[in-house]
Order: sequence, then C-alpha cells, then structure tokens
Amino acid sequence: MAREDTFAEARKHLAGLGDAELEARFWSLAQECVDPLVELARTHTSPSIERSVLMRMGVDSVTCKAVVAECEARGLLGHGAGHVVLECMRAWSVDSPAAAARLAAGEGWDLVEAKWGVR
Amino acid sequence: MTDPDARFGKPLTDAPLDPNEKLDVGALLDGLAEYRPRRHGWTWRTLVPGQRTHEFTYHETSEPLERGIPLPAAHYFESIDPQPECVITTEIASGRPEDDIRRMRMAAWHGADHIMVIRTAGQSHMDGLLEGTPEGVGGIAVTRKQVRLSRRALDLIEDEVGRPINFHSYVSGVAGPEIAVMFAEEGVNGAHQDPQYNVLYRNINMYRSFVDAAVAKHIMAAAGILQIDGAHNANATAVKAWKVMPELLVQHAINCAYSEAVGMPADRIALSTVPPDAAPAPCMRMDLPFAIALRDLFGRYKMRAQQNTRYMESDGRDATVSHVMNLLISRLTSADIQSTITPDEGRNVPWHYNNVAAVDTAKQSLIGMDGLREMVRVDRENPELKARVREIKERAVLFLEAMLSDGGYFAGVEKAYFVDSGEYPETNDDGIARDSAGGVAVGSIVPRAADYLAPVCHHFGENHLPAGYRGRSFGEAAPCDLIGGCTLCDDTKVPFIDELDPEDNAKTRLAQTAEARRAGLITPEVEWAGDGIVAVTMFLPAAEPVAEAAALELGRAMNLEDCEVIHKRVMHPAEGTLIELKGRLDVAVDPASLTLLEPADLLGDDEMREFVHARNVRVVAATVGEDEHSVGMREIIDIKHGGLEKWGFRVTYLGTSVPIEKVLDAAIEHAASAVLISTIITHADVHREMMEKLSALAEEKGVRDKLLLIAGGTQVNDEIARESGMDAGFGRRTKGAAVASFIVRKMCERGL
Repeated sequence: MAREDTFAEARKHLAGLGDAELEARFWSLAQECVDPLVELARTHTSPSIERSVLMRMGVDSVTCKAVVAECEARGLLGHGAGHVVLECMRAWSVDSPAAAARLAAGEGWDLVEAKWGVR
Repeated sequence: MTDPDARFGKPLTDAPLDPNEKLDVGALLDGLAEYRPRRHGWTWRTLVPGQRTHEFTYHETSEPLERGIPLPAAHYFESIDPQPECVITTEIASGRPEDDIRRMRMAAWHGADHIMVIRTAGQSHMDGLLEGTPEGVGGIAVTRKQVRLSRRALDLIEDEVGRPINFHSYVSGVAGPEIAVMFAEEGVNGAHQDPQYNVLYRNINMYRSFVDAAVAKHIMAAAGILQIDGAHNANATAVKAWKVMPELLVQHAINCAYSEAVGMPADRIALSTVPPDAAPAPCMRMDLPFAIALRDLFGRYKMRAQQNTRYMESDGRDATVSHVMNLLISRLTSADIQSTITPDEGRNVPWHYNNVAAVDTAKQSLIGMDGLREMVRVDRENPELKARVREIKERAVLFLEAMLSDGGYFAGVEKAYFVDSGEYPETNDDGIARDSAGGVAVGSIVPRAADYLAPVCHHFGENHLPAGYRGRSFGEAAPCDLIGGCTLCDDTKVPFIDELDPEDNAKTRLAQTAEARRAGLITPEVEWAGDGIVAVTMFLPAAEPVAEAAALELGRAMNLEDCEVIHKRVMHPAEGTLIELKGRLDVAVDPASLTLLEPADLLGDDEMREFVHARNVRVVAATVGEDEHSVGMREIIDIKHGGLEKWGFRVTYLGTSVPIEKVLDAAIEHAASAVLISTIITHADVHREMMEKLSALAEEKGVRDKLLLIAGGTQVNDEIARESGMDAGFGRRTKGAAVASFIVRKMCERGL
C-alpha cells in the first residue's frame, strides 16, 4: 500500500534519543530481526548443506549430488547425508569417498533403511 | 612474498613470467590436478605513512610495485607509480577463463590487487557445483578447475608485479555452502555472500537462502575469506536510487548481524556501498550524508566502496566523471577496498582495456587526492549535513521497527518492504515482494533430526557429535577425526574433476585458435583472443537517426562485419552526432611482414659533453606563434629534466609567443649553432607556416648554412619538419638526449 512520507510524525519517539542511543537502537533492532533467522539456520539443513558436508568428507561433486538426491528422496536429509555415508564407511570399513561412490551406485541403501526405516 | 600456507602442502613451481612473453595459457591448464594454492585468506595493502617518492611526500600510499604501468603523465615525474593504500578491485567477466587470466595480468600491472570474477548468467540457480571450463555468458562458470587456473595464473602475476593479489567470486545462489567449501579448499580470498541478494534478485526461496548462508559464512570464516555483501544492488535496482538510503542501511545491518551471529569476525565483513546518485542531481551533497551515516553505524566493519552503476549509460566519459565523484567521497570518508566499474559496463560486457581504464581512474583519483582529507574536512556541524545524517539513521530505525512489528524479516520481504522507490516511511508500493512459500528451491529445507550428524569441521548449527569430538579448541578430538580427516584439515583429501564436457572446454576452444597463436598472427580483440572486434569513433554532420544509419554504412565500407552502434551523442540537433561503432574485422597481420621504427640511436653522455664543451655550443630556443606553452620546451632544455643543459649546451630561452624574426635575430646575436622552435597549439597548419617562415628568413639573412633549425611540438614530426625547411623535427615524448645527439651529429657532419 502506498503511503505519503510520514517521517515527521513517525520519528517523534526517536527525537529524544542521542546519536549513540539511536545507533544502539538500530543495532538492537537489527539483532532482533536476525535472531529468528539464525535459529532457523541452526536447526535446519538443505541439499546444498549436505553436499557441502560430503565435499568436506572428500567426495567429488558428481557423487555428492547423487548421494544427497537419494537421501532427499528417502527422507533422510534430516539425519545428515554425512551420517548416512559414515554408517556405510563403518559397515564396509572403507573411507568416505569409497562409501559415497558405492551409495551413488545404488549399494548400501538397505543398510541405511535398516537404521532409519523406510520412508 | 607471502609464506606458503603449510595446509596446502608444496605448491607447484611454475617458471616465473617473463614480462616480454605472453602467458602460456595451455601450459597453465596442464597439471591442474596437482595445483594447490600457496595461501588462504585475504591480504590488505600496508600503509606506508609519509612515503617519499620522487620529489613528493604521500600520506595515503602503500608499498610500490616491482613492475607496473604508471599513469600516462608519469614520464614527467621520473615514471613514478605510487600505489594507494586501499585495495583496488577489477571485475572480470569475459566468459572464458583462458581469456580472463590475460586480462587479470593487464589489470594487475595497472594496480588492481583484487580480481573479482563474475559468474555466468544462471549459475545461481544451479543446484550443485559445475565442473570443468564450459563457456559462460556475461561471466565464467565458476568451477574448481577455473578457480585453480585463475589462482595459478595469479600466483605468477603477483610475483611478476610484486604484490599479493586477492581472488574473489560469489558464494550465492542455491549452491552457496558447496561453493564456500570449494573456495575454502582452493584458497579463494574474497567472496560476495548475502542471502538477501538471493531472495530479492534471484527469487531463491527465503528460508533456503538464509539456512544455506549460515553454513556458507561459517566455512568462509574458517578460511579467512573476506565477505562482501550485496546491498548495492538495491541502489542499482531502485526506481529512484536517492530514496533507498534507509533501506541500504537495513540491508547492510541484516547481513552484518547475521554474519557475526554465525561466526564471521567483523574484520572479515565488508559492506558493498555505493554513492547512490549521479549528476545532474546534486549528487555529492546528497550522497555524502549517506556515506557518513553508514560509516557512523558500521565503523566496526570494512568498507568496499563500489561505483555507481544505476545511472550509467553508453557514455564512457559520463561514467568516468561519476566514478571520480564517487572516489572523492571515498577519499573524504573512507574506503578499505576501492572497487571499480568499467566505463563501458553500461553498454556491453566489459572489454579488456576498459578494466584497465577503470583501474587507472581509481589509481589516478586516489593518488591525486592523497592526503586531501587532512586539509579539506567534512564539516560535521554543517546544519544540512548534520540533519540529513540523523534523518537517514532515523528512517532506517523506523524501517526496522515497522518490519519487526509486521512479523520480522521474512514478513517484511513478503510485504515488499525492500527496493521500494519511496524513502521509508514513504512507500510507493513498488518494492520487490517474495513469497515465503515460493521461489527457486522452495520446500527444500529440512529440520535437523535429533540424531543429525555431520562428521566434518567448521559446520554451523546443531550437530550431534559423539562425546569427545567437539574439536581441538575444547581439548577434544576434531569432528572429522570420526572419518579420518576432512578436506579443510587435510588438503590431500580434496578431489579434482577435470572436465565433464568433451566439447565445451578451454582446451577445445584454444585448439581453434592454436594455428593463429603458433604463427603469432595479430588480430584485434576486446574480450576473447581473436574476436576481431574494433571500435571506431566518428563525428557525422547529421541528425541522430541519419547519423546512426550512416555509421553502419560506413562501418561496412571499412570492411567491418556485424556493425553495431554502441554509443551516440547529439552534438546539435542539426549540426551533427558523435557515434561510436563496433564491428568485427576478419583480418590477421603477420608481424614478420611489418617494418618497425628503429629506436633512437643516441650518442654517449661523455662524447656529447666533450664536443659541446670544446666548441662552447650555443642554442637559442623559443615557443613561437601565439602560444603560451613552455612545458615541452623546458623538458628539452632544462638540466633538471635531462635536457640540453645536461651536456653543457648554453641555451638562451626567449619565452613564449615569440615572433620568428626575434628568434633569428637572437640566434645571430648569440652566435648560436642551433635554433629550437616549439609550437604546441597548431590550428590550420600554423606549425608549418612557422617552420617555413624560419627557414625562409634564415636564407634571406644568409645564415641558413651556419644554423641547425629544429622544430618540436605535439603535431610535429621529422617528416613534416623537413618538408617545411627544418633540419629535423621532434614530436611528443621527445627527450633532450635525442635533440642533443642530433645537434652533435649534424655539427660533426657539417664540420661546424
């Protein structure tokens, strides 16, 4: 909705603030805006985040994409794609790139289902 | 220069660049699987207070380059090339990594030490990483191979110029966390990261953008990558850019506060700030209060001063003047990084030489205004300034208050708070609205389960690691000890994919131009090797539409293909139009077929001094015609500039606007061996007339055989001078040594 410039009216409660107080208010409001965003990020993940986890585990981007897509399809993203790979590493006694490659080739999803169930 | 970063192991050792040889792009593409960067993190320039260079003291400069190309006028100042204390950015967007790196080298020689590589259109919507070296549009596909190629080339280039160079690209779009990891692994030094940019301008789902951004920023922080935000885009997008100032403060604040909350240190957070306005608005008086309000509020962070693009069109001169005014604001306030926009960005994807032009504009302005703020201070007590600074801050506070009472940031975006053309609290209901249940990648975030686990380091957010794995800072094992190390701790684990597309890659493209390169053929280019593009500037005495059509016809007559008018400016509705035309010239020149001008063969100092001393050689010099210029002649005469006096010539300088008769009388009176005349302003062949008159008068007075007649000036050359009866002519950039050598040789030859 369009609105005329109401600045002169709207600023009245700020008029009494000193410059430092105004600046402090600016930052406290900014923090208030950001807090729920940080909380959302802290408690959620995404396909890109999970691929970034697999990358850090030494997995190449093509394999990351395949494994995370399958995790997403099976509703496993919330447990962590790295967690899925870790389970298989342990089961197969292989390193993370090898485990991810086998998962990308379609192996091991029975192991994963056994742990987290079928969607 | 910089100690190698042990984390990356032993870097490849490429042979240093030879300044007289082109980059070997093919060689740099080989062996990239083994390439590792030599360091990670951002590098600032170091201020050298009170630096003495030539006859000057600088207050805001950094260490000089070992190699570089100074400003055009530097040859009057012993070719000094002082470097400002702030980092200078150039944005490179050729679309081909193999061409980008040549442009990086050119820009670095002119003073850029922050190379920002623009991504190809569409990459921000690609859910995942690209690999290899596919060709992009308006930028390159940012891939691991492209980053390695660029960083490898920059290692060589920074050694060549003698200053660390920061490499920068974008951690935005729907693959932000992955790009952040790749950049951290590959030693990228700076990156744009601002989730608001994704939401507002790329219509990526807002939840996804912020969730991804937290992880990406946390990884960037671990790698010391400098972050630049995206607030300047509001300025570039707004209908009335002068109205968005309160919102710009809000956007900066949200990204800064969010970044710090997820672990980024304040000194790695830079604001991308633009003076929002341009003339014909009284832009400096409008933009200065904003710049000050911003620096008051954001003093803890770094300032990346960007240049205005909102009002840029095809006129390179207009853009350059706007940018210089932007630079004045940087110098009156502060800038840690001075970014540059190429003067042609308003009309095309930037061309090589315009990157250099923009870097030169920044260097020239910053050096020209060195220390200015010590003498010219912003008057913070000026009533208009004081009131306006306060008002912008209050309006920003009102914006934040209203957004919070409306439900917070996401609600604010849904209600089109951002990029509205009204100055808040005024609104024109034309802001960008985004739906929280819409956008690219909507519905793709997932709550982390009670057993969510990411067995890697530097991971932001809930992570249910087993006991004892919180990391070394807690005196415990690192999270990645669960898997035997992650790529951020053990560089040997970083994988490399070379190419995914056998056709669309740099090697294939290079093969197409291999023959021309092998033969060393020369084709003009603006963007890509061998693109053949040239620009022609012409004034046509015709009204605009006629001039435009005529220019295209003239272009065809010049054998240019695909002609396009890239700029036009009316000089007068009837009298004529300036046109800049581009076209493709399908011609290659073989340098072996060319005749090059021989460099001047000068006599030795001692030989000349001996000759001049023995004969007590006298010279009479003057600027002739109605010309008040004396600089050029002084350069030729004065001992201080390495002029004739250096070898003992006794020079009588008669001054400016001297009649020819008087010059010749003085030569006879002083028994001179040579007469030097200079004409700089030469309308309608005045320079020829002057030379002819001198020659004729010397004949008439019977002294022609005893005198060497020499002319100089910007429009004089040896050929014109000889045609006009002189013994020699010297044009632009002539040094005294060339004139001295000529006089001595000629006197010997004639037995004078």
